Amino acid sequence: MDWQWDFTFEVVLPRLWEAAGVTVYATVMSFLFALLGGLILMLLKTSRFRLVSFVAGEVIEFIRATPLLVQIFFLFFVLPQFGILLPPLTTGILAISIYNSALTAEVYRAGLQSVPRGQWEAAKALNIPTHRVYQRIIIPQSLPPIIPALGNYLVAIFKETPLLSFVAVGEIMHASKLIGSQYYRFTEAVTIAGIFFLVLSLISAVGIRAVERYVNKRILH
Amino acid sequence: MTDPKIRFEKVTKRYGALVVLDQLQFEVAEGEVVTIIGPSGSGKTTVLRVLMTLEPIQDGIIWVGGEPLNKMWSGDRLVPASEAHIRSVRSRIGMVFQNFNLFPHMTALENCIEAPVQSLKLPKSEAVERAVELLEMVGLDDKRSHYPSQLSGGQQQRVAIARALAMRPKIILFDEPTSALDPEMVGEVLTVIRELASAHSYTILLVTHQMGFAREISNRVCFFDQGRIVEQGEPGRLFESPRNERLKLFLSKILQA
Repeated sequence: MDWQWDFTFEVVLPRLWEAAGVTVYATVMSFLFALLGGLILMLLKTSRFRLVSFVAGEVIEFIRATPLLVQIFFLFFVLPQFGILLPPLTTGILAISIYNSALTAEVYRAGLQSVPRGQWEAAKALNIPTHRVYQRIIIPQSLPPIIPALGNYLVAIFKETPLLSFVAVGEIMHASKLIGSQYYRFTEAVTIAGIFFLVLSLISAVGIRAVERYVNKRILH
Repeated sequence: MTDPKIRFEKVTKRYGALVVLDQLQFEVAEGEVVTIIGPSGSGKTTVLRVLMTLEPIQDGIIWVGGEPLNKMWSGDRLVPASEAHIRSVRSRIGMVFQNFNLFPHMTALENCIEAPVQSLKLPKSEAVERAVELLEMVGLDDKRSHYPSQLSGGQQQRVAIARALAMRPKIILFDEPTSALDPEMVGEVLTVIRELASAHSYTILLVTHQMGFAREISNRVCFFDQGRIVEQGEPGRLFESPRNERLKLFLSKILQA
């Protein structure tokens, strides 16, 4: 195999290192917005108003039933038609956030439903105000199943960011493709891109495990 | 005695087409200890659940200490109760569940101070002081920093009793409090309930299959069948000379077991 170390160190690593910042930024922002968006979608879906919950349910289904790449293209090419001109990175973060909101909404719903009905009944019999029941009794108990699932979505979002290369966001994959076509050498750039993803994935996995352990210790004992 | 502490006035509870309480008329006097017995599906647990407002009723009125629970006065008319009204009437009632339903992420002590702090807005120090007294009363003051998973079933149920008492209810509902316990732990829970029934002024409504215990602590035993009280009376009389055929059959089955 023809592998050039000086090319790797002088060209590939510095440019991918820079691009890794974009990848991490896109991942973290998308994840945070997906956490928030999922919460909103879940609240809308469990709304007392039938119409609201129906519409939210259909929106979730629609988002889940179409490929993320199609959604990215859609936002990238259709939003400008309505006069909304966003930078590619912002559009990409928006698309990934919306897509994953539909998934995290389900995680929240399942987490809340995993708390036994008896907990609600005991809280009601003790006359604890509803918002306090959520805050002090239901949400803490729903965290242990929710956190590992959300952690999986963090890693999933991270692995979805290369899709942004299709709309010319300068993340790792895009940078490695550029290096490849500029120097007609793909081996080093694509390999290093893979290693970057591997290392970042492992780091997030360790982080998620730490959060999981912390929450379980606080809540499950 | 003036008003009865609890009064069910033609209370009907349905699940779809299934009638669980059928125009039930039922009264409990202040300080009275009443045990409800009956076959499964007779509506006995439902009486406690509708009184605790865990389930809505479809028809009738429930009165607690002279005040309507599911209705409220608007001038001289009864209108459907607001959430605030239900909360205020409900605060006189405490409930102990078959499956304890302790909050698993809180210690025994935290379980007992949660509602006084969040609902009665007691200062934490005062809530702790009272919770410690109650845990002492149920014989668990040394377990106050244990989590439910670290306690036996009998201990969990005693914590649950202390937790209910921490809200200073006038009425306590026990829903099969020993049914989920291993036999050797039944006694410790019954001892606590016996103490509450004899030495305090609580009005107690108990659903149980422990006939000996029902006989010992109750002022009155009510036999439920198909959503109605079929027979009721002083426990000695009811257990020794039941009149109703279904009660006789029920007792003979229970006593054989």
